[in-house]
Amino acid sequence: MKDASCISCDVAVIGAGMAGMAAALFAAQRGLRCVQIGNGGSLLFASGLLDLLGVYPVAERRLWRSPYEALALLAREQAEHPMARLAVASIRSAFESFVTALASAGLRYAPLGEFNRKVLTSIGTVKTTFGVPRSMIAGAAALEARPPCLLVDFRGLREFSARQIVATLGERWPGLRHQRIEFPGAESAPELYAAHLARALESRLMRERTINLVKPLLGDARAVGFPAVLGLARAGEVHAAFEEALGMPVFEIPTMPTSVPGLRLLGALETAVSKLGVRRRHQASVRALVFSAGAGPATLELDGAQGGERVVARAVVLATGRFTGRGLTAYRGQVRESILGLPVHQPDSRETWHQRDFLDPSGHAINRAGLEIDSAWRPLDAAGRPAWPRLFAAGSILAHQDWMRAKCGSGLAIATAWGAVEQVARQLRRVGAG
Amino acid sequence: MNSASSVQTQVLIIGGGVTGTALARDLALRGVDCVLVEMDDINAGASGRNHGLLHSGARYVAGDREAAVDCRSEGDILKRMAKQAIQDTGGYYVAVQGDDERYIADFPSCCARSGISARVVDVALARELEPALSPRTIAVFEVPDASIDPFRLSLESMAHAQSLGARLMRRTRVVGFEREGRQIRAVRLQSRNGGQAQRIEAAQVVNAAGAWAREVALLAGAPIEMSYSKGTLLVTHTRLAGRVVNRLRLPGNADIMMPGGTVSIVGTTSTRVDALDDIRPTTLEADLIVAEASRMLPALAAMRYVRAYAGVRPLVGATGGRDARAVSRGYALFNHEDQGLDNLATITGGKLTTCRLMAERAADLVCRRLGVTRACVTATLPLPAVPECAWTEPGHSPRAWMRTLRLKDPLLCECEMVSGSAVDAIYAALRAAGDTPTLTDIGLRSRVGKGACQGAFCALRTSAHLYQGGGFQGSRGLAEILDFVGERWRGQRAVLWGEQLAQAELMEALHCGLFGEELQDDGLPDAPGQVAAGRAQR
Repeated sequence: MKDASCISCDVAVIGAGMAGMAAALFAAQRGLRCVQIGNGGSLLFASGLLDLLGVYPVAERRLWRSPYEALALLAREQAEHPMARLAVASIRSAFESFVTALASAGLRYAPLGEFNRKVLTSIGTVKTTFGVPRSMIAGAAALEARPPCLLVDFRGLREFSARQIVATLGERWPGLRHQRIEFPGAESAPELYAAHLARALESRLMRERTINLVKPLLGDARAVGFPAVLGLARAGEVHAAFEEALGMPVFEIPTMPTSVPGLRLLGALETAVSKLGVRRRHQASVRALVFSAGAGPATLELDGAQGGERVVARAVVLATGRFTGRGLTAYRGQVRESILGLPVHQPDSRETWHQRDFLDPSGHAINRAGLEIDSAWRPLDAAGRPAWPRLFAAGSILAHQDWMRAKCGSGLAIATAWGAVEQVARQLRRVGAG
Repeated sequence: MNSASSVQTQVLIIGGGVTGTALARDLALRGVDCVLVEMDDINAGASGRNHGLLHSGARYVAGDREAAVDCRSEGDILKRMAKQAIQDTGGYYVAVQGDDERYIADFPSCCARSGISARVVDVALARELEPALSPRTIAVFEVPDASIDPFRLSLESMAHAQSLGARLMRRTRVVGFEREGRQIRAVRLQSRNGGQAQRIEAAQVVNAAGAWAREVALLAGAPIEMSYSKGTLLVTHTRLAGRVVNRLRLPGNADIMMPGGTVSIVGTTSTRVDALDDIRPTTLEADLIVAEASRMLPALAAMRYVRAYAGVRPLVGATGGRDARAVSRGYALFNHEDQGLDNLATITGGKLTTCRLMAERAADLVCRRLGVTRACVTATLPLPAVPECAWTEPGHSPRAWMRTLRLKDPLLCECEMVSGSAVDAIYAALRAAGDTPTLTDIGLRSRVGKGACQGAFCALRTSAHLYQGGGFQGSRGLAEILDFVGERWRGQRAVLWGEQLAQAELMEALHCGLFGEELQDDGLPDAPGQVAAGRAQR
């Protein structure tokens, strides 16, 4: 590997989903030189909503208005849950830092309060969440007050039927109406893609043509909802223009992936970490990760479009996600961590990985599988000791949580990234600058 | 009993599998009026849970020659009469190192005795034509196996019968028989959707309930001896071979790989079970199939599987008023006359390949009793192809979609390329028959939900589409999504490792993580401004 370039850094973050992005962001905010490896593909599946903790305990399906109270109870009752390892104050700081960084990159969220909020989804369910994008927040207010309201959708956007939302809510929101319009200029297209619409609406002309189609439909509406397609990088501007032109609150409704709010998140996080000097290797993957003995650095051999590259890092954060993120690999007989083959806490046999019913209230045991960590967020080896003194883990790869059922996906990612990076900084300080 | 709510017919058929639907068509073609009641949907039992293999008969040449001969002749008939449901793939019988050499040596002569063509194929050539075959292959024979779509077969048989006046009642369960002397005077029915009880007065009743034939016969007071064998099959993500590949040995576990459209189906297992409820594939069965089948097709060891399913074979005991003209040990026709009933028949057992013959035999008995003299024509009259029944065929939807590209026809299922117009056509056909189509009904009649996503995405797009077209109203769509995805889950659960586990995780992230479909209470107060009960404190 003579030709391979070599970069050195304080911390290498492997993974570019919500947790990897948060870890890179927090590391850079602390002044650590950071290299981040991995594409942000999993963020395309994000809804844009930042869940903190909505349901606890999972088996009781109990919804919480205050995520912080739920977290306090979780910390008392489930000490092994990764989010139970953090003080509530740290989780608050982590969330504030995260949304502040997003705002500085042009993606604004409504001010975080004390409480969860409820928003409509594209299939007409009501979702409990915490951080709500500015472009969606009027929907939370509308759902609470339920004034006369119009939902608009576009023919060809297959995953979104405003009629379905209205029908599903039924009598709970009598003043809710729906209208379908043709997206201007796409009248003959059989299918429309959310990202294309979002990009198109960044053009003032397209926006005006769309708004002109909506205006005559407003009737008695006091708020208007759209599928989440109101702009990409300039979503703030597009949303404001809609509100101004329609003269009432306008809100987006989160849709199934691949979603525009996910693209926005990815874009804003890329901007935020790049501004802070994080070197991103978004087309690379880690071929080998080798630790030197004692407190020496780790060497990461990368595969990718840029050719073989080597990263020498004083610390490594593993934020590679679960099965969809490729952080964990499931074989027929067992689950293993994908890069290092770290031991994974898991159920005994595949027969017990999943419940017989998809929606079993207890959730599936496999979803609580993952890496065990010590008090410093370091994954453990088979003997129960840290696998390497400066290997840390964050995000959904951690064991003893079920983010999908607890509605704590972003909370888990952001809080554990905060916790892991805090330990990275502490450990690196301990060994000094060199 | 209110006779005003009674329906009258000449023949009531119980069970809408391959035999029941073929029987409805056979009778209708002889001018006999019939009603078919099915407790679930067409092919919901073993008829829809098998390989989809049109047997050449070679599988049974050593152990069950009668069945082998039946399969051979019936296979030939179906290839001519139901062309549209069959892909004439041909089949290989393949032995690998360690397999019984005597069986291999005797195979061609056994086939010849049953009139089945079995041509020896040079191993190197066979591996060139089917590269997935094991390098440890030691013998290959070519036989006239074929692939058959049992859904298309049954749906078209039923559609043809309906066009001739037969009636279909889906989701309707038989709950009782009214007997009078040696006659069943009426059969009592209950709609599974909670509709009102119904009653059918029929001159003849045929029990074609497959594995459920024992329960039905018992309800009629004419018990038959049956046992059940559960068989599990796996569906691969991609098609592995052009031909059917059978293991050249006495029938055993996981020795058939069936190519069907874009996938391959591998199985089966055979486990005795005592009850019919909650039949589902297990992880152990999946592991056994992978281990065993990969001996003849090594790629199966590392293959991605998208689904598993399990059916129950009805095995018929040797007692109970067996009709003397039953021609094979493979199936059984009971006339129940020695049990004191003159207008009940039970036809069960058998194979997909012999379903037409089974229907013919049952129809012959019923017609003799009714005094109908018209002969069976299903061996010579081709099954009419029906456009609404073609959507189960892999590859049909994409072709149809390509033809309608210039129209505004969105793709709802991206894995299998099923378009909005396909869903509309299926929906309209069910509506025309007076039905209330569900998402699951549409899944059974198309490829929706059959691809890699197993319904995670297409269930949502399809329900949005149905809402938009007015097919779904109220909050019903959500329940339909849950039903559909839940049913797909049953099939996925045993094969969730590797890539398919990542897919299942994505499905849960979407349906639970984002949409919260598992939460029965979304915490939204019924009226604005109220605080949901019990939630304010938290």
